[in-house]
Amino acid sequence: MDGEILRDPTRRFVLQSGAAVGGGLLLSFTMSSESQAAGDTKVNAYVRIASDGKVTIASKVPEVGQGIKTALPMLIAEELDVDWSAVTVEQAIADTKVYGRQVAGGSMATTLEYDGLRRVGATVRALLIAAAAARWNVPADSLKTEAGFVVDAAGKRRASYGELAQAAAALTPPDPKSLTLKDPKAFRIIGKSHKSQNLDAIVTGQPTYGIDVRLPGMLFAAFAKAPVYGAKVASVDLAPAKAVKGVRDAFIIEGGTNLQGLLPGVAVVADSWWAARKGREALQIQWAEHPTARQSTAGFAAKAAELAAAPPHRNLHNDGDVEAALKGAAKTVSAAYSYPFIAHAALEPQNCTAHVKDGKVEIWAPTQNPESGRALVARSLNIDPSAITIHLIRGGGGFGRRLMNDYMVEAAAIAAKVNAPVQLIWTREDDMQHDFYRPGGWHNLTAGLDAKGGLTAWKNHFITFGEGETFNTAAAMNATQFPCRAVANYRHDVSVMPLGFPTGFLRAPGNNAFGFVIQSFTDELALAAGKDPVAFRRELLGEPRLLGEPGKGDSFHTGRMRGVLDLAAEMSGWGRKVPKGTGLGVACHYSHLGYVAVVMQVTVKDGAVKVDKVWAAADVGRQIVNPSGADQQMQGSILDAIGSTLYQSITFENGAAVNSNFGDFPLLRMADAPPVEVRYKLSDNNPTGLGEPAYPPAPAALCNAIFAATGKRIRSLPIGDQLA
Amino acid sequence: MAFNLTVNGESRIADVDGDTPLLWVLRDTLGLVGAKYGCGAALCGACTVHLDGIPVRACVTPISGVGEQKVTTIEGVGKTAVGAKVQAAWKAVDTPQCGYCQAGQIMSATALLATTPKPTDEEIDAAMNGNLCRCATYIRIKKAIKVAAGLEKA
Repeated sequence: MDGEILRDPTRRFVLQSGAAVGGGLLLSFTMSSESQAAGDTKVNAYVRIASDGKVTIASKVPEVGQGIKTALPMLIAEELDVDWSAVTVEQAIADTKVYGRQVAGGSMATTLEYDGLRRVGATVRALLIAAAAARWNVPADSLKTEAGFVVDAAGKRRASYGELAQAAAALTPPDPKSLTLKDPKAFRIIGKSHKSQNLDAIVTGQPTYGIDVRLPGMLFAAFAKAPVYGAKVASVDLAPAKAVKGVRDAFIIEGGTNLQGLLPGVAVVADSWWAARKGREALQIQWAEHPTARQSTAGFAAKAAELAAAPPHRNLHNDGDVEAALKGAAKTVSAAYSYPFIAHAALEPQNCTAHVKDGKVEIWAPTQNPESGRALVARSLNIDPSAITIHLIRGGGGFGRRLMNDYMVEAAAIAAKVNAPVQLIWTREDDMQHDFYRPGGWHNLTAGLDAKGGLTAWKNHFITFGEGETFNTAAAMNATQFPCRAVANYRHDVSVMPLGFPTGFLRAPGNNAFGFVIQSFTDELALAAGKDPVAFRRELLGEPRLLGEPGKGDSFHTGRMRGVLDLAAEMSGWGRKVPKGTGLGVACHYSHLGYVAVVMQVTVKDGAVKVDKVWAAADVGRQIVNPSGADQQMQGSILDAIGSTLYQSITFENGAAVNSNFGDFPLLRMADAPPVEVRYKLSDNNPTGLGEPAYPPAPAALCNAIFAATGKRIRSLPIGDQLA
Repeated sequence: MAFNLTVNGESRIADVDGDTPLLWVLRDTLGLVGAKYGCGAALCGACTVHLDGIPVRACVTPISGVGEQKVTTIEGVGKTAVGAKVQAAWKAVDTPQCGYCQAGQIMSATALLATTPKPTDEEIDAAMNGNLCRCATYIRIKKAIKVAAGLEKA
């Protein structure tokens, strides 16, 4: 586990054949030469077993702090039936032909892999049993396993996995679907807390991350791009950069016009990154005029106001007759909500190491989405995708930023001009000013209540970014989001404006903002109805039932939400008396197949908000795979949301981001991080992911608590100095 | 020019310009990559190392200013009793998420416990406030500090 990068940068799960066997889960039963040399037997693409019984398991999905490098191998180890202490985890190389989807995104890894990877483990176990059966000349069904050993039913004979591995690897695997998986009651690994991978390396500072990659003869690069996305280099004086001690070369990268690909810029390559950066600062670059150079935050807001006052461009969903229902309502409530662009700001700035040699490209990348990077590099360098090798390196945070691969194609393009491996590292300022931002948005809401305070109508005119019928990335809203189908009259309208720079997926994309809007407005309706916020939500959810079509992404089970709402209310002691200036706020939201309710207690004093405590309840199915990692994701998502809600906004002027570093784009600090108590409501549903769903309810829970404490309704983020 | 340094108890020589930040001397010249680059402006603390036991931000410390002061990095801090205790606590609590900031967090925590063996919550907040964790694993960082201090069990 330690020093994984330096130990041997080429070590990986090499595949000997591309032939898929057994439903695509198992590949290659040939031993690789490196495995033989190490005394290991590679049983399949996921599992190597050493003669001493030590097991190495490949983790297919990139690790960016979501803990998947622990959770996925746990699934294999459980069904393989080995002690977790005998397991070493290695990061698999990027190869979708072998491993299928290798994306750290959408909180989908647990959802998609929970069954399949257990079957991988069960298949290897079945092969080991078959090898023992052949050796002892007994039927396989007379044998069982005990933590790394095959034993016969009488317990007389016993063979370690290490002894059996070579024979097992030579056998034809059974159809994984034919295997019986463990009864969850018998789980010894799943459901118990297991620690992060690379823990020893992390706490002792051994090479672990993309910027820690070191290769013989490697050079470092800095890359200057225009503040306005996509602007070309009009002119540049490279001489001052080349004069900096340690600088090897400086050159223009032409780039293209695809904002998600290789953009124009000037690269400086040097013996050290500090020299490359100094060289870059010495460059005298004139950037060409660019058509989006007039876009600004103030301009977007003015346009949004203009669009809000005009008829919507399009209606995307319409149930009943909202206008008639509003006319007949005992009470109507209208409110306008908005939220800003925000950056991902992963602590490890974007970086990538690339080596272009003899028509082949080798890449070491902290990426969440390697195959998309491979395609981008292949297109930009005009080479075959099969000539590209991508090593997945642990990312210093992702949050969706590393789903994009701009840094990868930049590193490859620079390396293509240099006869050495090159490590490109962005500055923090580059990272802040060349993000794929969470888009800002504006919602104009009106709702109607009947005489009993029941919701009769809901409409939203959403102002967002796009052109015609196309939305910018992460700028579209699901038109059938709750309370759709729980209210008889519901309309979702949309108007769009164009945007000259790229947006992207940031932790719980869309929902990270929509949760704030929907659940804050729901609180306003509870107030107007004269009802307790939890009680109003319970009524709105109504009887336990599925809204929408089963299996569809937007289907929503009111009972599951009610379960977490009740649990969070109970955990927080909802309804108790609190001192003046203190308030409790609640919110619940469904995203990424997870149901999460959050209650926050805040105290507001002299215009400053302090979150005293958070209680969170989640329903992500019948099994929490790794409780320690699950708690980390729940707590991390909620604290992430508190930080963004309190402070964060990216401001644009003249087509470029103004913010540059953590001084003007603050992150939450320890003193402002409250305790977060987490519980899980287990339900009879397939296990789903936890990297994202706890984020969306948190901003509204915070703002609703502020309202309870002060009477001030926050309708525009960030909170900033609105309470001053 | 050549600078004579003492890093983790060893004599090292770095032939670099005097304005080169200690961070990049450690990372690119001496091959010690534990201290991390996060902001380059002393805003995040990921680069924290000790000079004579005092936590400093290596990204804004020019090598010319290091002089005789002994440099301790995350790679060497485990040789001190407090550093070893902090690292062990960090593991026992399963503290990191992505882990990128953790070297800096551990260096700040070790400096705190070296001078304040039983810190209060307020003292912990004050000592750690310069160290950002984008994953916000602050709850476990605080817990790990208390475990290292013997104030709580893992």
